Amino acid sequence: MKTKQLVAKKIRLGAVANWAPLYLLAPALILLAMFLLGPLLAVLGLSFTDYQLGSKSLNWIGIENFIELYHDKNFWRSLRNTALYSGAVVPVSVLLGLGVALLIEAQKSFKDFYRTIFFLPVMATLIAMAISWQFILHPSFGFLNLLLKEFGLSGHNWLRTESLALWVLAAIGIWNQFGFNMVLFLAGLVSIPRHLYDAAAMDGASSPFERFRLVTWPLLGPVTLFVVVITAIRSFQVFDTVAILTKGGPSKSTEVLLYTMYAEGFEFFKSGYASAVTIVFLVIVLALTLIKTRYLEKKVHYA
Amino acid sequence: MLSRALRHVVLLSLAAVVLFPFVWMVLTSLKPPEEIFVDHIRWLPDRLYWVENYTRAFTKAPLAQYLLNGVIVALAIFFLQVLVNLPAAYALSKLRWKGREFVFGLVLACLLIPPHAVAIPVFLLLYQLGLLNSYASLILPWTISVFGIFLMRQFFMTVPDDLVDAARMDGISEFGIVWRVMLPVAYPALTAFGIFSLVAHWNDYFWPLIAINEQALFTPPLGVVHFRNDDAGTDFGALMAAATVVITPLLVAFVFLQRRFVQGITMTGMK
Repeated sequence: MKTKQLVAKKIRLGAVANWAPLYLLAPALILLAMFLLGPLLAVLGLSFTDYQLGSKSLNWIGIENFIELYHDKNFWRSLRNTALYSGAVVPVSVLLGLGVALLIEAQKSFKDFYRTIFFLPVMATLIAMAISWQFILHPSFGFLNLLLKEFGLSGHNWLRTESLALWVLAAIGIWNQFGFNMVLFLAGLVSIPRHLYDAAAMDGASSPFERFRLVTWPLLGPVTLFVVVITAIRSFQVFDTVAILTKGGPSKSTEVLLYTMYAEGFEFFKSGYASAVTIVFLVIVLALTLIKTRYLEKKVHYA
Repeated sequence: MLSRALRHVVLLSLAAVVLFPFVWMVLTSLKPPEEIFVDHIRWLPDRLYWVENYTRAFTKAPLAQYLLNGVIVALAIFFLQVLVNLPAAYALSKLRWKGREFVFGLVLACLLIPPHAVAIPVFLLLYQLGLLNSYASLILPWTISVFGIFLMRQFFMTVPDDLVDAARMDGISEFGIVWRVMLPVAYPALTAFGIFSLVAHWNDYFWPLIAINEQALFTPPLGVVHFRNDDAGTDFGALMAAATVVITPLLVAFVFLQRRFVQGITMTGMK
């Protein structure tokens, strides 16, 4: 009787004394070590070597790669371009996402219809859509230049003009991302209790702008921070459009961090140097991710 | 009334801009070359040329093969992710054992690693194993999804312990409980994760670009770029047809499963 109770108690606690946790977790842990943790340590190690893909030897060269990076104009250009790209994509796609979410939520009609349309670019294969953009931006037969011509304006070779290319890519990035932000804002808006708006109305906040200032904006604050950080992380990882539309050109004007890493590592086979670029990329993304994680923890605790 | 109309005016104009690349792509895929290479805007095709364009998209390049590769790779990744992640999530939520918190902490820490950051060593590893240019190189690195483990673990925490206890009383093994008890209740979370995973890997360009250079193994994004570079060049009709074909499967699924799609894809936000 007593043992039976004990067994029952053990079972209830899930404290089954066997190898279950081990064999259930083993595949995941082995793969984790092979494809995440091991490679993470390896990229750190490689960044201190002169390893070149295919070469038989590898030398420990300390922080030489990082010194070379520091003196590499191309790397700074790449970092600056990535920051400029994010500097354009983050504010515009966040504000556009917020604006569209507010407009959609303002009334009941066609909510799902609009949400669906604005979400399309988020899930459609970006590579295929970039090819469509490329045709729209074609200097002679592209829709954009033909449209400008109708209004008597002169067109541009959008993706081949040094002063324009990065901003054109940013515009495509905004087109691609703001629907994602819209959905996060929509979720945030729905969770605002209705009675707060009624209370604000009673206090004399009659115009929509007043209601936004007094209720929506303060309550949406945390969501907004969250959206800003996510958008920053995503835009820092811009690669697809650069790789197939500009290849970092013209004259490095659209060279971005991940593209630099790809080119150094897989086109010039400088694995060590590319690893150093990766470390810089990793540090920036980690810093952004930590901000987001801290916010998420807060939300869990105080929700 | 006025503000109601204004809302639709603003949203509809924005919707037109957002939809334009899709619309123009499809319209171009229906036009003959002489209506594509024009010096003024022509909206609708005078002469329907879609049969020719879509035929060329499928015959000048092995587009069907690309699509098949995309399906194989995305499905295999998702299937293996479930196989690896569900038992792990179960061990991290429903079993009590020493070191559980540590392992879960490890999973949380790994959530912070962006996949691009490990590309170089993973590439070198697959090179050493002689696996580059194979389905394995496209699939294996993604079989571990710490995000999947995290998500399923959170979901399993909400499943009542009684359900698991009852199964134990019936003498089902822990491994059996994962598949016979947890899998059926995990359906909603699994659907959302599945959509997230399938969309991400169908659309991925970065990793296949690194791992594959043999045309027969190209996924749809690699294939359509290759088609543009080599086969189609300035054959915009066929190129737009190929691009349309590549986005169609997801678009159709999206129309039918909208809410689940939005839910599944925005989960990346938690990542």
